[in-house]
Amino acid sequence: MSKNWWKALCVVLLLYVAVAGLLMPVPRLAILNESIRNLYFHVPMWFGMTFILFASVYYSIRYLRTPTPELDILSHEAARTGILMGLVGLATGSIWARYTWGAWWTNDPKLNGAAIAMLIYGAYLVLRSSFTDEQQRARISAIYNIFAFATAMPLFYILPRLTDSLHPGAGGNPAFAKYDLDSNMRLVFYPAVIGWTLLAFWLAQVASRLSLLKLKVYEKQLA
Amino acid sequence: MTLLSEIWVLIQKDFRLEWRQRAALNGMLLYVGSTVFVCYLSFSLRGGQLPAPAWNALFWIVLLFSAVNAVAKGFLQESRGRMLYYYTVVRPQAVILAKIGYNALLLLGLALIGFALYAIVLGNPVQNTPLFVGNVVLGAVGFASTLTLVSGIAAKATNSSTLMAVLGFPLMVPMLLLLIKVSKNALDGLEFEASQSSLLTLVALNMIVAAVSYLLFPFLWRS
Repeated sequence: MSKNWWKALCVVLLLYVAVAGLLMPVPRLAILNESIRNLYFHVPMWFGMTFILFASVYYSIRYLRTPTPELDILSHEAARTGILMGLVGLATGSIWARYTWGAWWTNDPKLNGAAIAMLIYGAYLVLRSSFTDEQQRARISAIYNIFAFATAMPLFYILPRLTDSLHPGAGGNPAFAKYDLDSNMRLVFYPAVIGWTLLAFWLAQVASRLSLLKLKVYEKQLA
Repeated sequence: MTLLSEIWVLIQKDFRLEWRQRAALNGMLLYVGSTVFVCYLSFSLRGGQLPAPAWNALFWIVLLFSAVNAVAKGFLQESRGRMLYYYTVVRPQAVILAKIGYNALLLLGLALIGFALYAIVLGNPVQNTPLFVGNVVLGAVGFASTLTLVSGIAAKATNSSTLMAVLGFPLMVPMLLLLIKVSKNALDGLEFEASQSSLLTLVALNMIVAAVSYLLFPFLWRS
């Protein structure tokens, strides 16, 4: 339990988010109405994605310093979890956009940035699959992973602030904190961010353990 | 030898090689020329002048494709034996910085020639020429620094030409968005102040990409 307390915390927080997020009072705002509850599910995905991709880059840097198959697996699975979080974030955002902005996809810098970031990480998976030698694959995909992170993050955190966007907090729109994130919503929003981020790390951990086991079985077969 | 003199020697070597085997250079010039001409022919069917946004987008797409083609051969043409020779005489940082510098100069030359051809056949709606040319310079440096490392990565894989496009295009999008925005400002003849923040972001992005390439290339080189 001393090592796995964060998993229990993750379960408790996400149960709380699911119940409180759907039942707690929310501010009545025109257009948004009840769909504002999506804030607890859509926004934390991007937080979780950023953290898990950062973890992936951290493992890639460690791999370049001391190359071991474990570090390669950790960074690969973390990147894959990041892609999953990004895709879920895009899906929840798309549904939200349909009911508030009137279209599944709008020409918004944040949407386009997120889609391009998914393409960048899709290229990471393609790159991985085009090597046969494991060590070369591990090293070169670690290099690309670091490079991709350095160019993808401006897409999320710098470019949307320079252009007009339908999202709050960009192009002169007030940020959420200004008008609609009241203290009741904060009570759910912050636990939601922590809970979904923990879930991302949990997913990455389980996936890495599976890959490590597969590697061990494969090595046994060879021996 | 200091790092700077090593870089200088390598850039001189690249230019000398290019000049001796003029097939590649002429090929690139023809590539730019024929792409511009195809654009001209396909748009002249409609008759009349292109609208400024279309002119702008087309110009950058032509540059993007010529850049990918010109830079792709950067590392592909280096034979394995020659890379081993470099390994014994210069440090890896000099190799990557020299390649970036050489590619930037090459792309700048191509872009300016392309701009001249483009302006002759499709008209020149640019109202603020110094801003436009400055933007093209930043674009050439940015394309070169992003694509040089990508071509180094792609050269290691089996299906390098596909990988070059898959890895390169999404990574260049943040830069391309800023470039298109600034060049639209230059087309409309806006003041320098209107594009100042975008230009600064562009310079910062170029520096991030070049710094990351500088740090990562030594790892890429070992294989």
